[in-house]
Amino acid sequence: MHELSIAQGIVDIIRQYVPADQTADVRQVKVRVGHMAGIVPDSLDFCFGAIVDGTPLGDARLDIEETPVRSQCAGCSEVFVVEGSVFRCPSCGSPEIRIISGTELQVIEIQLSDRQAGAI
Amino acid sequence: MNIITIERKVLERNDEIADQNRALLRQHGILAFNLVSSPGAGKTSIVERTLEHLGQDVRVGVIEGDVQTDFDAQRVARYRVPVIQIVTNGGCHLEARLVQDALAQMDLRGLHMLIIENVGNLVCPANYDLGEAMKVVVLSTTEGDDKPLKYPGMVRNASVLLINKIDLIPYIPCDLAALRKNALQINPHLQIFETSCTTNAGIAEWCRWLKEKGVHRP
Repeated sequence: MHELSIAQGIVDIIRQYVPADQTADVRQVKVRVGHMAGIVPDSLDFCFGAIVDGTPLGDARLDIEETPVRSQCAGCSEVFVVEGSVFRCPSCGSPEIRIISGTELQVIEIQLSDRQAGAI
Repeated sequence: MNIITIERKVLERNDEIADQNRALLRQHGILAFNLVSSPGAGKTSIVERTLEHLGQDVRVGVIEGDVQTDFDAQRVARYRVPVIQIVTNGGCHLEARLVQDALAQMDLRGLHMLIIENVGNLVCPANYDLGEAMKVVVLSTTEGDDKPLKYPGMVRNASVLLINKIDLIPYIPCDLAALRKNALQINPHLQIFETSCTTNAGIAEWCRWLKEKGVHRP
């Protein structure tokens, strides 16, 4: 539901890292979205496209990497993926588990087209 | 291709401000909780019953978050507590910055507790730290006993679950044991209270726990 503001946050991060005269060269922005980040990837993609349309970032596309909810059991140290809201160790049955990943929402990298190649 | 590697949290700025809020609240010895639920689960009624029950010896401030109107702040103001209304104008959740602005308008001296009533929504507020010490989630019996399974992110992040509208149990197909089991499956450390804002059932237990948790002045 808040993908629009998240998309705006991604645009803000791009602007922080890419000099103003190079924003038109941004082609792809790699984003990592955990399954428990509360984000619908398709919706984020749509919102990002709507925000950058008609701006210097108009050629930028999101590359969304989805990460599963991985956990580690506090008892037996088993590492596993949480499926279907079952937050319990599949090996020993303990509910004492620690979530390792799957809640992240990060901008990983920004790819810019190599301007020099076409410049001369 | 030129690649800039960054690995930055999109909500990093929010989290920074949330940490500032948390530090400010801790400095004043205030226990803050973020009250979340679906629309209509009874958050504002819980705030009202809690204020009534805590009485004068516990000083509570309230921040009300709503998409529109200050109706909730008006309801809470009747209890003669400091209250700030945040209107998000369509925003589906509160953010740390909004809470920071609200805190700047509130006299924090002498307060023991701060209740931040979030916008009714069980998805987005789960991901926005406001600087609270804990999240308190309200699920009402009319929402069904499978509700925790539908919103694992929120239930996992919460410290307390208030199962509200317990007085309606005779009239609706809600299995309380199943609701508890579903919630504990996602978060075995949840503190659970069964409440009714109509009959006041469970309010005393909830408030007793809250007092033990929160009122220890430096």
